[in-house]
Amino acid sequence: MKRRIVQIIATLISNSHLAGFWQGTIYRGKMKYLCVPGLNCYSCPGAVGSCPLGALQAVLGSAKYLMSFYVVGLLTFFGTLLGRFICGWLCPFGFLQELLYKIKTRKITLPAKIDRPLRLLKYVILLLLVILLPLTLTNQFGNASPYFCQWLCPAGTLEGGIPLLLSNEGLRRMIGFLFGWKMLLLLLTVGGALLIYRFFCKYLCPLGAIYSFFNRISFFAHLNIDHAKCTGCNTCTNACPMQVPVWENPNHRECIRCGACIKKCPHEALSFTWWATDAIAGKRNNAPDSKKETATTI
Amino acid sequence: MKIKAVHKYIKFVLLISSLLFIGLGLTRNEHLTVLKKAINICLECIGVG
Repeated sequence: MKRRIVQIIATLISNSHLAGFWQGTIYRGKMKYLCVPGLNCYSCPGAVGSCPLGALQAVLGSAKYLMSFYVVGLLTFFGTLLGRFICGWLCPFGFLQELLYKIKTRKITLPAKIDRPLRLLKYVILLLLVILLPLTLTNQFGNASPYFCQWLCPAGTLEGGIPLLLSNEGLRRMIGFLFGWKMLLLLLTVGGALLIYRFFCKYLCPLGAIYSFFNRISFFAHLNIDHAKCTGCNTCTNACPMQVPVWENPNHRECIRCGACIKKCPHEALSFTWWATDAIAGKRNNAPDSKKETATTI
Repeated sequence: MKIKAVHKYIKFVLLISSLLFIGLGLTRNEHLTVLKKAINICLECIGVG
C-alpha cells in the first residue's frame, strides 16, 4: 500500500470543507463532536473534525471539568488501535513536514547527545502546556486558554491563521504580537522541517508523545523481525529517518511505521503484521554485543 | 507467566477502557464543550487572540 496516497487521502478527508477556504469561515457541523486522530487545527477553514489536543485543552481548561474522559478515551482508542501509525500515515501536519523535507537543501541528523534529550521535550510540552497549565492557570471564571495551541502550535497558524486572515478582513484587523510570535515559530518549524526529517514530530509534538506510549501494544501495523533471517547488518537502523534502532526494538516509541526499514532490509527479515492481537511487542535481547555498539539508540 | 498474560491482554483492556471512557465523557456532556470550542474560530489557536 502506498503510504503517500493514504497521507493525501487522510489530509483531504480531514480538511474536506473546501468552501471554508474562500468564504473565510470554518465548518460548524456536528462532525466536530469527534476528533480526528492526527494534528489538524479545528480552526482550519477545511477542518471537519476537532483537533484532539485542542479538544483536550478545551475540556481541561473549562471550569466545569477537571478531567476529560471523552478526549482521553478517544486518544486511548486511537492509540491502542493504531499507535504512531497515525503519525506516519494519517497526520496532515506530519505529511506536510515530509513534503518540506523533500525540498533539496542540506540535511542534518543531530548527534545522539543532543538528539536524545531533545526527544524528551515533547513529553515536557505535553505535561506542561497541554495538561498542567490548562488545569491550573485559569482566569477569574475558572477557564483557561489552550496554552499549547496559543503559544506553540504552528499547525494552527498555518492551517487556520493564514487562510482565515487572507479571506477575512475582520480578523486581519485583530493581528498583534501573538500573530508575530506564531509566525516566527511557524518559520522556525518550516526551517527545521527542511533540514531535519519531521523536526516537529521528533522534538515538539505532544500528540506524538501520547501515541508513543501505545506503540508497543497497538493492534495495527506492528513491525516484526524474522530473527532467522536477520543478520544484524544495521541497514534498517541506518535507513530509519526517525533514527530508531530497528533491529533492537522494532516497535520503539519513535517508530512512525513509515516502512523505510522494510524496503531497505537486504534479507527481507522485516515485515508489518497489519493486525496484531498477540502479546506486547518486546525488545530484542539476543543481539550480539558488536551490533549493540554500532546502533544509534535514542 | 503471569506478566506475559498481562501483556497479552493489556491492549484489549485498554480498548475496552477507552470505549468506557468515551461513554462516561458523553454522559458528562464533555462532547458539548469540544463542539462549542471547535465550531467557533479559536483566536488563540490561529494566533490573533
